[in-house]
Amino acid sequence: MNLHEYQGKEIFAKYDLPVSKGKVVTSLDEVEQACTDIGGSRWVAKAQVHAGGRGKSGGVALCDTIEEVANFTKKWLGKRLVTYQTDKEGQLVSCILIEECTNIADELYYSAVVDRSSREVAIIASSEGGVNIEKVAEETPEKIASISLNGKDVSQGDIEKICSTLKLNDTQSSQMENIVRKTVSMFFECDLSLLEINPLVIKEDGNLHCLDAKINIDSNALFRQKELQEMHDPTQEDPRESEASKYDLSYVSLDGNIGCMVNGAGLAMGTMDTIKFFKGNPANFLDVGGTATQERVAKAFKIILDDPEVKVVLVNIFGGIVRCDLIAEGIVAAIDEVGVEIPVVVRLEGNSAEKGLSILSNSSSKIQSKNSLEDAARTAVELAK
Amino acid sequence: MSILIDKDTRVLVQGFTGSQGTLHSSQSIEYGTNVVGGVTPGKGGTSHLDLPVFNSVNEAVEQVQPNASLIFVPAPFCKGAILEAAEAGIKFITCITEGVPTLDMLEVKKIVDGLGITLIGPNCPGVITPGEGKMGIMPGEIHLPGRVGIISRSGTLTYEAVKQTTDLGLGQSSCVGIGGDPIPGSSFIDILKLFEVDDQTDAIVMVGEIGGSAEEEAAEFISQNVTKPVVSYIAGQTAPPGKRMGHAGAIISGGKGTADDKIKKLNESGVVVAKNLLEIGSTVKSLMS
Repeated sequence: MNLHEYQGKEIFAKYDLPVSKGKVVTSLDEVEQACTDIGGSRWVAKAQVHAGGRGKSGGVALCDTIEEVANFTKKWLGKRLVTYQTDKEGQLVSCILIEECTNIADELYYSAVVDRSSREVAIIASSEGGVNIEKVAEETPEKIASISLNGKDVSQGDIEKICSTLKLNDTQSSQMENIVRKTVSMFFECDLSLLEINPLVIKEDGNLHCLDAKINIDSNALFRQKELQEMHDPTQEDPRESEASKYDLSYVSLDGNIGCMVNGAGLAMGTMDTIKFFKGNPANFLDVGGTATQERVAKAFKIILDDPEVKVVLVNIFGGIVRCDLIAEGIVAAIDEVGVEIPVVVRLEGNSAEKGLSILSNSSSKIQSKNSLEDAARTAVELAK
Repeated sequence: MSILIDKDTRVLVQGFTGSQGTLHSSQSIEYGTNVVGGVTPGKGGTSHLDLPVFNSVNEAVEQVQPNASLIFVPAPFCKGAILEAAEAGIKFITCITEGVPTLDMLEVKKIVDGLGITLIGPNCPGVITPGEGKMGIMPGEIHLPGRVGIISRSGTLTYEAVKQTTDLGLGQSSCVGIGGDPIPGSSFIDILKLFEVDDQTDAIVMVGEIGGSAEEEAAEFISQNVTKPVVSYIAGQTAPPGKRMGHAGAIISGGKGTADDKIKKLNESGVVVAKNLLEIGSTVKSLMS
């Protein structure tokens, strides 16, 4: 689960990390009061969306008057911001973060992430901030300090390595130590999977300052992070993806026209790949789960059919513990219930597949049943042309 | 020989009396697995599926001497359940549950490694040695005792590979679902080591997917250490970057973990990568004859 920058900074502030004084506004009326409360004579207005690359897309503005802040807010609030990290529709801007202006001397990079290879939390810091860290890693690896922690422990050696890579003076080094120790505590206490400060800046007065905050929380841990769960913003997700997640279905929207309903995440990806192999284009990833009951199958059909591009639905079920005849009955009932108007190609394999296939062939004329994935995929691709 | 489980493995089930525990324990028993009892705190002293129920793993160890544990407890309690089995001296643990927090697994992995314990999962279908026994949720009847070892990050894709090798008459020595989480108890490499020295295994199928670098690390290991033929299939060639594809670990992040990168590395390491999932079985067969 992702957080907005302003939410990340609220948590940063709780951990005594240096962040800018700021206010979030959700309407034009709040702008003047917010600017007055923050004080000063220059402000930065930042559109809040779950995507990077906002600056380059006009989603961040330096404003010299309250009127400019108001104009920025009017321009973006309720609109969609397209960046290189979003799809072509962009993300809805549901609020604007207004902050005091920071005078920047230098930009650095800092992040903490679960490193799957070392099975530890890793810290990555770089003297090149505000840019794509993967690019820095490729072109100038000497500018990056990468440290694998030992459990929750941060050693003095770790701190020294980071500070020397970032070429910090003594005062900045002690500020950096505070940032490292506090972010590591936060990482473990809040069940994060990613914490990124890009850029972490050195201000003109020489002090370190967190200018951005990107936080990703482990969705598996939300049961014990109730307060963070409240920060969930469903407007930042594809509406079909959020609808699916309510029913514990994993759905990811894609560009093609062949709707897919599959049991199991691996097989769902494999099915998409197979469609592509036969020169078709999948419209979605959808894992209907191990227990494909009629209710879940019906819900899955509704979500798939909500996409106007879909011309045919390919159902691929490998019956393991669940019996294919029960799934077949579920599919038939769901098709009746939802009123599916386009062809449905079904491949059933495994437990009671024969019985399942005969139930399907005796039902609706819209269903074409196949007992091999190859046949099913070829047929779906043909029908989608 | 087989790997991890055979007909003599004494299996304890944690979360025995819950709905998942009950369903899959009874199927495992039906398959011939030597299930010796189960644990459900508060239900010790009772009997379930004609087997004794204990309050703790320690109690079970004293009375029925299990040497493997199969875990079905809900995700928030998995860390505790795995560590309980580990501290009670169980050396082989399989955790089926999906949704275990990643930071719990970081901690658990360190501890079980320190104690020399083999942990499979979480978020996996489990382990089966066809004809001997199974610890998991896979359908027993699609398997055939044979000579192909299967390792996979995905449940239903494992079944595909199993079905294809069964239909071609090759059969399986053992099948291990290592699970779709970012921090699995065992990696591809851990299981490759076991298949390499298993005299019942002639060839290995490794089913991977997008996300992380486990396949790349396995490729490196295979080129140095595995003499048996290895066939691989990587799911998610059409997956968009930055999206979690069902499994917690199946995500391309920062341009890393793509199917193309994995396939390239595997090819370079002498692994034969099946072009699509329909050809896993036929590819293995061509290497075995």
